[in-house]
Amino acid sequence: MAFIRESDKRKLKPILDSLTNPVRMVFFTQEFECESCRDTGALLGETAALSDKIALETYNFQLDKDQARQYGVDKIPALAIVGARDYGVRFYGIPAGYEFSSVLDAVQAVSSGDSGLSAATREKLKAVTQPIHIQVLVTPT
Amino acid sequence: MRLAHRFAIENENIRSDAVEITEFPFLANKYRVMGVPMTVVNESIFIEGALPEPRFVDEVLRALEPVERTS
Repeated sequence: MAFIRESDKRKLKPILDSLTNPVRMVFFTQEFECESCRDTGALLGETAALSDKIALETYNFQLDKDQARQYGVDKIPALAIVGARDYGVRFYGIPAGYEFSSVLDAVQAVSSGDSGLSAATREKLKAVTQPIHIQVLVTPT
Repeated sequence: MRLAHRFAIENENIRSDAVEITEFPFLANKYRVMGVPMTVVNESIFIEGALPEPRFVDEVLRALEPVERTS
């Protein structure tokens, strides 16, 4: 079953065509005890196939422990969206529905390396010199 | 969600996770999630609902304030 409908692919095309720099979708999965891992992998595969700027790298959460540690991944399915550097952008759980548009938004922003935030917000964030870990908890839509 | 990820892109000290909590019920229990979106910053600041950018940044930055001592 395809996750992205043909009509949606046409809508996605302008977004994906606008990507400036390559983006890696670093995906952690495993074949057992992970209900949504297989579907997440299929969704990400379809997404990566829509743009030559997006590369999908898949790791086994159990076996590829060095990579899991490198990306700070502690649960699966996990997706890191990585551009010129690893900005610390992660998705845990299947990014379907509204979350899929959040993935596309993150891919665009990571590709450009520009947060797109207001000047006032950028100024305030300069004060952040210690680690901040933000977790946004959502449910499927 | 998008704002948190954009904060991470803006500042290398910030990292941001989107977590689909129905797949990770232990986190829903840990943070006693009653509604979504709920944002947890450094395990110390809890933000309920979606906020506009100027308010969201102020709430996130509260995580940097020194912890008040009650003793």
